[in-house]
Amino acid sequence: MELSIRNIRKDFGTTPALHDVSLDIRSGELIALLGPSGSGKTTLLRLIAGLETPSQGQVFFGKDDASRRSVQDRQVGFVFQHYALFRHMTVAENIGFGLSVRPRATRPPKAEIERRARELLDLVQLSGLERRYPAQLSGGQRQRVALARAMAIEPKVLLLDEPFGALDAQVRKDLRRWLREIHDRTGHTTVFVTHDQEEALELADRVVVMSQGRIEQVGTPDEVYDHPAVPFVHRFIGESSELPVRIDGGQVWLDDRPTGLTAEGAGPATLFFRPHQIEITDGCGGCLAGTVTGSRRLAGTRRLELALGGAGHRVEVDVPIDHPAAGKSGLSFRPRRYKLFPAPSPGSDGTPAAAIAQAPQYPAVA
Amino acid sequence: MVDVTSLTRSTATSESPLTRLALIGLALGFLVVFLLLPLVAVFNEALRNGLGTLVTALQEPDALAAIRLTLLVAAIAVPLNVVFGIAAAWAIAKFEFRGKAFLITLIDLPFSVSPVISGLVYVLLFGAGSVLGPWLKAHGIEILFAVPGIVLATIFVTFPFVARELIPLMQEQGTADEEAALSLGANGWQTFWRVTLPNIRWGLLYGVLLCNARAMGEFGAVSVVSGHIRGLTNTMPLHIEILYNEYNFAGAFAVASLLAGLALVTLILKTAIELRYAGQLSAARGH
Repeated sequence: MELSIRNIRKDFGTTPALHDVSLDIRSGELIALLGPSGSGKTTLLRLIAGLETPSQGQVFFGKDDASRRSVQDRQVGFVFQHYALFRHMTVAENIGFGLSVRPRATRPPKAEIERRARELLDLVQLSGLERRYPAQLSGGQRQRVALARAMAIEPKVLLLDEPFGALDAQVRKDLRRWLREIHDRTGHTTVFVTHDQEEALELADRVVVMSQGRIEQVGTPDEVYDHPAVPFVHRFIGESSELPVRIDGGQVWLDDRPTGLTAEGAGPATLFFRPHQIEITDGCGGCLAGTVTGSRRLAGTRRLELALGGAGHRVEVDVPIDHPAAGKSGLSFRPRRYKLFPAPSPGSDGTPAAAIAQAPQYPAVA
Repeated sequence: MVDVTSLTRSTATSESPLTRLALIGLALGFLVVFLLLPLVAVFNEALRNGLGTLVTALQEPDALAAIRLTLLVAAIAVPLNVVFGIAAAWAIAKFEFRGKAFLITLIDLPFSVSPVISGLVYVLLFGAGSVLGPWLKAHGIEILFAVPGIVLATIFVTFPFVARELIPLMQEQGTADEEAALSLGANGWQTFWRVTLPNIRWGLLYGVLLCNARAMGEFGAVSVVSGHIRGLTNTMPLHIEILYNEYNFAGAFAVASLLAGLALVTLILKTAIELRYAGQLSAARGH
């Protein structure tokens, strides 16, 4: 089932939660709504489900305008962050609930509901736990039951609100892989909300990055990671270091010193790069150089904090554990991949001071 | 009851054996003197002249009428307060609206106001001198000094018990379960009967028991509106007072022991529920 969200606006009282959001979701897609808390991602999910009504705009299920339909009629499978399993019902009764509340005419017979519940328990790999109560299950098991319950009504779309948010790291990783497998097998159009970028990048076909009630970028994990459209996305997804620079004559300058990076256009800009996407240079004929102010061990690499230039701009870079630079007091380097955004004019709300032609985003990677 | 934590508690927070003994002794002594002794005295007095006198006193027509009336009033007031209490708790716990804090305060009003005043309110509202009085009289509707007045006063006084028990429980449970049921296609009615009500059932039962105990025992408000007509508008507490004022101690204590017995049964039931469903009660509270 395709979903189309058109110019949705949602206000809670006088506080706007979503400003004019539009989004198209393809049939069978696995989509992540990613953003910090307060970005409106959960509100958007609940609007799709019909648990909230939009102040303006429409939600289409296929060609059908579902905006005015109640949550019961929309036939969505909603999975809650804290599972919301019915605690007085067994696992099988929970899963069968959606079928058992159907009007008599369309309600399957009891045996059929039980058969369906067993089938779904097999799918979520919890066979044999039919007679247990939710309180007797672990967090991960509960979340699987919640998913099975949502799938029992043959939903047009599966909506998951922070599905792994309440679980510990290891269970989370397992469930992520498992959810991907389930999605590939069943082919449900699935939208899930997360604030965990790793989860979004690993799991989703496309990631919708949200901030302050707006969609900042929609793209595949590769696109949002490698080609962030706005500074927010660069900062929010993956590690990010940034420097205030100036573009002049095809060169990028930091405090009147050439950085060795090229760009078109002119004017102040912000240089973004990722700590691990750098190369260490010998000497400094056009590079970034700084003094090491701190050093931390990060799993397979060492992260150095550097102070650059006279103003002491702080950036972070990763160097190999055994690299001699790790022990030195100074380091010169050049980002292998970088991205330039026009600097916001002081005091404005983020509109660029000068329109600059974007430099080639990713110059030849060595 | 021996608590594991009290055994393993660090010495820094535990008192010397003597202090502990003194504190426990004080608490127990207080309970015995102020709660247990009066109760024993009631039963003792009722049984002073043997079980036969007690049974005879209870079989007296006015006593029987009082017992019947008390049970009738409780049978009307408690179910109504269950409905009102659930409705109020539902509204407060699951929705945001203006004046919510005011509504919560209003629900507590019967607790904070003297029962006599609760009774007087109805006299002012429905009495002969009130605005409604003449109209009621013209239509032959009796409220004051009749069963409807007693029921109304009892409902007023016992209103908070169910609502008060349910509001924190429902607030804590939130709305996710209901939303889940709705998203699975259940209508509002199915959601209430199959999800909300089972979630609150133990809290509700608890509230019902307390409400019932108070409904049967209410004196002040009922006294004002009842008119004390023997055999007609006397509830058990009123009947006990009349017997007592007439120096009919045997009769007074006989009825009193029955009323106290009903209260004890309520307490025993409550404890039994707590023991039997301790797990589910705590699950319902801390899930």
